[in-house]
Amino acid sequence: MVEKTPILDTFTYIFLMIGILIVGFPIIYSLIAATLPLEDVSKVPMPLIPGDQFMVNMREAWTRSDLGRQIFNSFIMAAGITIGKISVSMIGAFSIVYFDYRLRVVAFASVFCTLMLPVEVRIMPTYEVAANVLGPLQSIWNFLHLNTPVSWIAGHDIELNLNWSLLDSYTGLTLPLIASATCTFLFRQFFLTIPEELCEAAKMDGASPMTFFRKILFPLSKTNIAALIVIEFVYGYNQYLWPLLITTNPDMTTAVIGLQDLIPQADDLPEWNVALGAALMVMLPPVLVVLSMQRWFVKGLIEKEK
Amino acid sequence: MIKRSTYKSGYLPYLLILPQILVTLTFFYWPALQGLIQSFLLSDPFGQSSKFVGFYNYIELFQDPLYLKSILTTLTFSIAVASVSMALGLFIATMANRALRATALVRTLLIWPYAVAPAISGILWLFLLHPSYGIVALGINKWLGADWNPVLHGRDAMIMVTIASSWKQISYNFVFFMAGLQAIPKSLIEAAAIDGASPFKRFWAITFPLLTPTFFFLSVMNIIYSFFETFGVIHTVTQGGPGGSTNILVYKVYQDGFVGLNLGSSSAQSVVLMSLIILITVLQFRYVEKKVQYTG
Repeated sequence: MVEKTPILDTFTYIFLMIGILIVGFPIIYSLIAATLPLEDVSKVPMPLIPGDQFMVNMREAWTRSDLGRQIFNSFIMAAGITIGKISVSMIGAFSIVYFDYRLRVVAFASVFCTLMLPVEVRIMPTYEVAANVLGPLQSIWNFLHLNTPVSWIAGHDIELNLNWSLLDSYTGLTLPLIASATCTFLFRQFFLTIPEELCEAAKMDGASPMTFFRKILFPLSKTNIAALIVIEFVYGYNQYLWPLLITTNPDMTTAVIGLQDLIPQADDLPEWNVALGAALMVMLPPVLVVLSMQRWFVKGLIEKEK
Repeated sequence: MIKRSTYKSGYLPYLLILPQILVTLTFFYWPALQGLIQSFLLSDPFGQSSKFVGFYNYIELFQDPLYLKSILTTLTFSIAVASVSMALGLFIATMANRALRATALVRTLLIWPYAVAPAISGILWLFLLHPSYGIVALGINKWLGADWNPVLHGRDAMIMVTIASSWKQISYNFVFFMAGLQAIPKSLIEAAAIDGASPFKRFWAITFPLLTPTFFFLSVMNIIYSFFETFGVIHTVTQGGPGGSTNILVYKVYQDGFVGLNLGSSSAQSVVLMSLIILITVLQFRYVEKKVQYTG
């Protein structure tokens, strides 16, 4: 800066190091714990010199709660949410920004209203919808007494029974969480900053709307898409309440939920080395994604919220 | 807002917006409507029949001491999480902004807890603050002379979930404060320095006021985070206990609805939560955005 402040600079670096240490401490400590045998990890205080049981603990954690399967499920869920959200909201924003049609404002307003409301606030009825996605249709059908006219037209009695349960399925893990306005809003904001001339030129050259989307809009949005991939992947992978409710089959559980079974309870053996080893493994994929795509992530995070 | 040059095409725009509308209707509007209806109904214990009871569920709710306690718990918890994580995030960001040479490295070292699931953050801190094995708990007992036991004492349990929830959020706040700090024109700071303002004076007179938009935005985001996403922390660490001392609103909705199967009350709670969030959002858009200073 302008003046020299050697004392303050020293303190800056000292505090910064303390800060980084505090933030990193839980991980370093868990890493050490994951390398120790059971008798060392249950010592008070635990020795701070890493042991040699790392692979043993990791293998134990891996097999005990079927971690491979669960991490795979988490991956599917995260990927489904990421791809679903981005594609649904990108074409939605394209429709809202680049077309002029009668229900445009209604469509935008109805999506925008869901902006800040996470799935947690409407958890119970959303669960009911997931238990039978066609339930809403059935209710409308029953409400309008459509059985009567349809039976009359067909000439015999018709009962409509719509049933499609999303419980314990990948669709159930992903589809309900795609309903979010944040991405649509972000793409809308971004599309609005794209110069008018691009669209005009494309039109003059006779490009159809979809060609314009594919050849111009999509390439221009690549950075935004990369940023959203990081954010939505982390969001999807770390979901808790929704997968907790919607999956009962152990084969469909996600990794973050599965960890719960490994936490030593009061009368178990205090196998914290295994539990923490599993926790470290489970958190590795999103941490790697964030670290490797850091630049886009920071950009995306800041733009998403503005 | 719409582009000046737009396409006019019969069915295409409808087709493009259809997936979004369908998903929103099925998983947002329909459940929200159902929740609203359900909150005015009282079901029998077997879920066979239900009857309209008006505001009965709401009246019961606000007369229930457990619910009122849960509101208080949530407020304490969210304010604690927001202030702890924002104070630390701002502090570290200010330091990192001064350490010009190492900014990129510092960012890498601080950013990753964002990717850690709240539930996992809960597990890590559960171990560190475990009354019989935790090293931090040991330190608290030894140096502060406190009788640390989050399994028995409500206050300790609250401190534990607050730490676990704030730790993860520090990096989020750090990223935003860092961006806010870097957006402040260097010339302002330099001018003040030439006028003889000390680094601390500059921080309070220039940097801090210019950060108010970031500050308000982050307050809202942190409060929303501690209202909902911390469910994972509560579920892994305390399950709302001991004695309901960490039973925040969203956890109570879950417990009453899915464990206690009290549909009416759970729906009424959801509606209250939803209204609360809408209120916060509207306040943010209407009031806060106008009152704060913008850099330009």
